[in-house]
Amino acid sequence: MTTNEIIDPANLVYTKTKVMNDTPMHYCPGCSHGVVHKLIAEVIEEMDFQEKTIGIAPVGCAVFAYKYLDIDWQQAAHGRAPALATAIKRLLPDRLVFTYQGDGDLAAIGTAETIHAANRGENITIIFINNGIYGMTGGQMAPTTLEGMKSATTPNGRNIALNGYPLNITKLLAELPGTCYVTRHSVHTVANVRKAKKAIRKAFENSMEGKGTSVVEIVSTCNSGWKLSPVASNDWMVENMFPAYPLGDLKNE
Amino acid sequence: MKEEIIIAGFGGQGVLSMGKILAYSGLMQGQEVSWMPSYGPEQRGGTANVTVILSDERISSPVLNTYDTAIVLNQPSLERFESKVKPGGTLIFDGNGFHKFPTRTDINIYRIDATEYAFANNAAKTMNMIILGGLLKVRPIVQVANVLKGLKKSLPDRHHHLIPMNEKAIQTGMELIQKVN
Amino acid sequence: MNDSKKHTVKEVRLMKGNEAIAHAAVRCGCDGYFGYPITPQSEIMETLMELEPWNTTGMVVLQAESETASINMVYGAAGCGKKSMTSSSSPGISLMQEGISYIACAELPCVIVNVMRGGPGLGTIQPSQADYYQSVKGGGHGDYKLITLAPASVQEMADYTVLAFELAFKYSTPSLILADGVIGQMMEKVILPPFQPRMTEAEIREKCPWATLGKTADRKPNIITSLCLQAEQMEAINLRLQKKYRDIEDNEVLFEEFSCEDAEYIIIAFGTTARVCQKAVEMARVEGIKAGLLRPITLFPFPTTAISNYADRIKAMLTVEMSAGQMVDDVRLAVNGRIPVEFYGRLGGIVPSPDEVLKALKDKIVIK
Repeated sequence: MTTNEIIDPANLVYTKTKVMNDTPMHYCPGCSHGVVHKLIAEVIEEMDFQEKTIGIAPVGCAVFAYKYLDIDWQQAAHGRAPALATAIKRLLPDRLVFTYQGDGDLAAIGTAETIHAANRGENITIIFINNGIYGMTGGQMAPTTLEGMKSATTPNGRNIALNGYPLNITKLLAELPGTCYVTRHSVHTVANVRKAKKAIRKAFENSMEGKGTSVVEIVSTCNSGWKLSPVASNDWMVENMFPAYPLGDLKNE
Repeated sequence: MKEEIIIAGFGGQGVLSMGKILAYSGLMQGQEVSWMPSYGPEQRGGTANVTVILSDERISSPVLNTYDTAIVLNQPSLERFESKVKPGGTLIFDGNGFHKFPTRTDINIYRIDATEYAFANNAAKTMNMIILGGLLKVRPIVQVANVLKGLKKSLPDRHHHLIPMNEKAIQTGMELIQKVN
Repeated sequence: MNDSKKHTVKEVRLMKGNEAIAHAAVRCGCDGYFGYPITPQSEIMETLMELEPWNTTGMVVLQAESETASINMVYGAAGCGKKSMTSSSSPGISLMQEGISYIACAELPCVIVNVMRGGPGLGTIQPSQADYYQSVKGGGHGDYKLITLAPASVQEMADYTVLAFELAFKYSTPSLILADGVIGQMMEKVILPPFQPRMTEAEIREKCPWATLGKTADRKPNIITSLCLQAEQMEAINLRLQKKYRDIEDNEVLFEEFSCEDAEYIIIAFGTTARVCQKAVEMARVEGIKAGLLRPITLFPFPTTAISNYADRIKAMLTVEMSAGQMVDDVRLAVNGRIPVEFYGRLGGIVPSPDEVLKALKDKIVIK
């Protein structure tokens, strides 16, 4: 194929969604964030919602999510994204409002905001990236860190007596009457990426139909924090994270 | 004209609402008014008091430590406020449950046995209006017509049928009050 | 609003300061209130829930799970260019400081009401003014200021709710109404402000082009954030904030004077304490003491120039506060050592009486 043939629109097999811009991402190679960002962007484009979406970026690695998706964004204080989303959605009910939060943000410092927004059944979507570690601050223990898992603050592995149990917050959220759709996915294979995208689409549609809070957890890797190669991280995730955080729908009403 | 009043008693005796009715009455006759309650847990069964000021001029301090008139409906309130009536001022008390009585000689002291009357006549709900009637007999600071206008203004419509009963209570109070010094 | 026309006639009402804030908020076109109950200001949210403005103006009223959530809901709403507010009392305001700092840095307009109670800690529910430092010297982290209005009457609770929103939007910065338990709980006459319609989305897009209402094709994404990892850029943001605060100092100082024309002694007090001090001044005048009262209405910006000017004309000043002495620092900075500035205060929820203030005036400054 010549260059001209390659760039001929008739031969186009893939194009990046216009909701994503060309800003180089700051995420580490192998990180799950980039894939999830792309899925969100694609769903927004497919739903034709670019002009009607407000995203809430967290504190954590995804704090800069607002640099990559060409939609309006608010960046929340650590853990407070569901509070922002609550107010925005209530004041602008015809907009698509989603939060994008990591495990520390959603399940530690922001537990109250998460649970209460979900319990009120706010018509928002919570995208929850669970990689079991605080990536941004250098790999400290997260609420979802597995037993025995090493981190900067659990150098000998998470010790239940010292650090308590890993928090399966998604399971907890599924118990709340305010949630309509609680599901857990991953993005480490093409098939899983496709499933995750479908889940995001369904969650966004639920939000616009006023069905209540949708939670899409993405069990993710943090190869820098885990100190593994991207490939080894995926294997480690399948072997260790999936048994603790099994994939699939926890609730679908 | 300016009248600085403290009304004090147990929570539930209608102290705050009596003050409110006075304030509304002042409002009805175009006066400046302030109504400053003790608030919080004190309202729940403890001692409640309210400072009401009616004035022709702008009111400065809503919080006072001396009063033209004190209405005390329990023993602790008498002990707390008797000394705070300005010389020449007025003290009104409901003697129910009192074992010590006011002693000052430089103020006008009145007794109104509204509690006793209210229980004997099944009129507990209007006890504070009986006392208000007593006050207006000895200190006619607002006109009864304005009290009734104030009641109409402050009560929700569904309670307007109670106004005649309250008017009667005011008349009763005017008859019950007695000077004791 | 169809209903609003019925209410345009000015009507004198009797209500609590807390209730007046709620009524004024609905009337001035507030879009959203987010709060958490705490004495002595719970009547604000209670009144709003009774008024059910969502049925009339469309205003959203929501009881949040905490003050932390409340202030962050305000952040979210304000980021959409919506007129939003919260209210609390001292301990709850402490909990909000993180969010307030973020809002100040993100330059979002909103109104925060603090009906102060005695601290520190859980303290008491009785009135206090011990949050002066917290209000005007920071509170949260970083170099920021809040436009701080100190009402002294129920009427001002209503009026300053409207003014606080006006100033917040004029400067795109949070405004604080700093009241205390007395003004929140007392009833006085009030004429409520006229109804203003809520801003339409087209109006918000015009007045607040930064608002996150959804990215239209004709503009880049709007991003509300207080994050800027480049120190040089963060310094530039700080300098922009500081310039805004200087503009506010130049243009928005409010204060009230009472009997100051021929005064030899001036009391400086704000809020409820100013009312008590006004009575003390009246009593002093009866005794032949030439006393006056200067009441700062804006605590930031502080009436530094007005106080400084008096320092060249009078013998001494007395600052009276329901605190251990906080605003007195700013009075002393304004006076800069030219005349004595003494302090009298009551702590932990006690309101000073006019007699006490008169005695302090005589003991601390008149005899000197």
